[in-house]
Amino acid sequence: MTGVSRRRLLGYAGAGVALAGAGATAGVLASRESPEVENVAAAKVPFRGEIQAGITTPAQDHMHFVALDVKTTSRDELVDLLKQWTVAAERMTAGQEAAENGAVGGNAEAPPKDTGEALDLPASALTITIGFGPSLFDDRFGLKDKRPEALIDLPRFPQDDLDPARSNGDICIQACANDPQVAVHAVRNLVRIGFGRVAVRWSQLGFGRTSSTTRDQATPRNMFGFKDGTRNIKAEDTDLLRDHVWVTEGPEWIRGGTYLVARRIRMHIEIWDRTSLTEQEQIIGRTKGEGAPLGQQKEFDEPDLHVRGAGGVPLIGEVAHIRLASPESLNGVRILRRGYNFTDGSDGLGHLDAGLFFLGFSRDSRTHFVPMQQALSTKDEMMEYVEHTGSAHFAIPPGVKEGGFWGEGLFR
Amino acid sequence: MRKAAVILGSLAVLAACGNSNTNSNASGNIAVEASDDACKVARTAAATGPVTFEVTNKGTKVTEFYLYAEGDRILGEVENIGPGLSRKLIVEVTEAGKFQTACKPGMKGDGIRGDFTVTGDSKKSTDGDAMLAEATKSYQRYVNSQADQLLVKTEEFVNAVKAKKVDDAKALFPVSRTYWERIEPVAESFGDLDPKIDGREDVIAEGMAFTGYHRLEKDLWESGLQADSEKIADQLLTDVKEIVSKAKSVELTPVQLANGAKELLDEVATGKITGEEDRYSHTDLWDFRANVDGSQAAIAALRPVVEQKDKALVSTLDAKFKALDEALEKHRKGDGFKSYKELSQDEIKALAEAVDALGEPVSKVAEVVSAK
Repeated sequence: MTGVSRRRLLGYAGAGVALAGAGATAGVLASRESPEVENVAAAKVPFRGEIQAGITTPAQDHMHFVALDVKTTSRDELVDLLKQWTVAAERMTAGQEAAENGAVGGNAEAPPKDTGEALDLPASALTITIGFGPSLFDDRFGLKDKRPEALIDLPRFPQDDLDPARSNGDICIQACANDPQVAVHAVRNLVRIGFGRVAVRWSQLGFGRTSSTTRDQATPRNMFGFKDGTRNIKAEDTDLLRDHVWVTEGPEWIRGGTYLVARRIRMHIEIWDRTSLTEQEQIIGRTKGEGAPLGQQKEFDEPDLHVRGAGGVPLIGEVAHIRLASPESLNGVRILRRGYNFTDGSDGLGHLDAGLFFLGFSRDSRTHFVPMQQALSTKDEMMEYVEHTGSAHFAIPPGVKEGGFWGEGLFR
Repeated sequence: MRKAAVILGSLAVLAACGNSNTNSNASGNIAVEASDDACKVARTAAATGPVTFEVTNKGTKVTEFYLYAEGDRILGEVENIGPGLSRKLIVEVTEAGKFQTACKPGMKGDGIRGDFTVTGDSKKSTDGDAMLAEATKSYQRYVNSQADQLLVKTEEFVNAVKAKKVDDAKALFPVSRTYWERIEPVAESFGDLDPKIDGREDVIAEGMAFTGYHRLEKDLWESGLQADSEKIADQLLTDVKEIVSKAKSVELTPVQLANGAKELLDEVATGKITGEEDRYSHTDLWDFRANVDGSQAAIAALRPVVEQKDKALVSTLDAKFKALDEALEKHRKGDGFKSYKELSQDEIKALAEAVDALGEPVSKVAEVVSAK
């Protein structure tokens, strides 16, 4: 099946036809449609398109994210791998095995080409998104000149407690699906295809999306029990996507793509749970039940950062999370967030190793993520309850066109 | 030398017994003779109302004297009584009951305890607001005494650094921090001073210099004294002086007090239990002890209020504080504690569990205190 026919199936005929080149102007970017599908649990999301799926796609319920280091030093081997991955990824997002007759239909004397745990399961809105980290752009593959300036090595932020074994990587693959087994199956099979050429550096499972990326989705809650992502950029906000998410500068290959910052944010949830409701709400700047900004009634009421209560004290405190993270406090910048809750068992001291796996897309991390995280890590009262334990930065190329493969523009 | 001290010590104990029997109901000042291994209280009973102790240090170590109510609630204390010195302590005892006196030679541990009985009419208010007011006043006394010592010990620490006496400075580092850690939530409320005094290298914001205790800790244990260590030490003392004067003028509400007790345990659970706080000196268990002390002092100040509203919570708190004490005291070594590095994973886990077990009931105190 081709991407176009899938689109038609889902009522998006033509969306992929007006493909703009990688060097599209901002105007074209603003007018294009996102490859959206209804968030039906079993739906198939088109793999090919102008942008990669898994960014503005309605956030699925589960995620498996993997960062890999490239082990081969051969540029050709790397390109071959990206081509093989593209085929397998496209098949899996269509609800098929990683290879034809993959799980059981092949030579009985050979190990099956597909690991089999997703047999009989629907596509589950699986999306697989690839990105390239700063370390890929060294001398190994002749990519030095292709490194976008915006793909910086992220600075160290105050209170960072980063584990090198949970940070960085040459390549990332984000697999999201409404069935966790489908997401894990996708990563497992791609990693398997890559053995010998790439090696897993770290990976993260996420359950429970913490952001909605379309207006139809209800705002989910994070592990603090608060609605998260109320003011997120939504797929419908094409102007905001144009202004804040899609890249229009830098090397040709990245234009029309975006930059992803992944942060593993451990939450000290036991400590949080012993904190009074009033204090929790003051730290966040919203009510816990409705999710309304303090001083307002409803979740989607605009926060008013100037409202003052008794004694002239601002209702949304000077160090409240939503104040510091608000566009009003950050020169208007916004980030498309697509994070997930996680619980990686416990930490050996009787505490859950739980938190939020932050995934934030923006057109330039230097102007978007970095200033936001600077403000949060120095002032946010919430920092007493969280610890950033992993961090990575990736350039997310635009979508794969018919006949093309992941990252093709990079190797042109 | 040692033998002589022991003999003197036992004589002192005998003398203490004799005196307490003969003078149990007299009034007037009560003489306390503190030595390195005895705490001779001339009279162990008094009537409700003001009780005055005159404490004389006949030992060789700097000492302290405390009067405790049930649950180690401090009714009054004098600290930093040098050898040969005398200090007076006047305590307003408003209720009859069983109390404890304690001398703390070397200013550490539970001290040398003795029973003390107060009889007579209760002069205590049963009015809720008055009890809350007394709780905050009582805790304020604690903050003041700790703030005073913080200044004294920080000055000694700073002087040792400036004199390049590395071993002395290393010994004084956890001691001076003890007083800081006991009142940390109060100190932390002065936003910009806290990171200057107690900021860890990884926590310092961009463009801010790494200063204070932990910078000197790094110099002393890891990188050696630097050209600017003296300047850093001077700045630390200046900052501590400022925070001490501010801490003494802070007015806390009972709910803030209860939250402070909780926050001190949060500090233990996130910073000390992981060995992150004192990453060069590994003196985390000193800070751990001090945080727990501070938490206990805040809860003790609120005790009469909590007792009236939720007796069961008081027993739970007592039991859990005791369990944590026991878990922690296992790791005492000499005048202080083992290095964090010497703890096994199982021992760290046992401490973490004891902190969690205490953290839950402590987090309920604010609710009880604020209930009408």
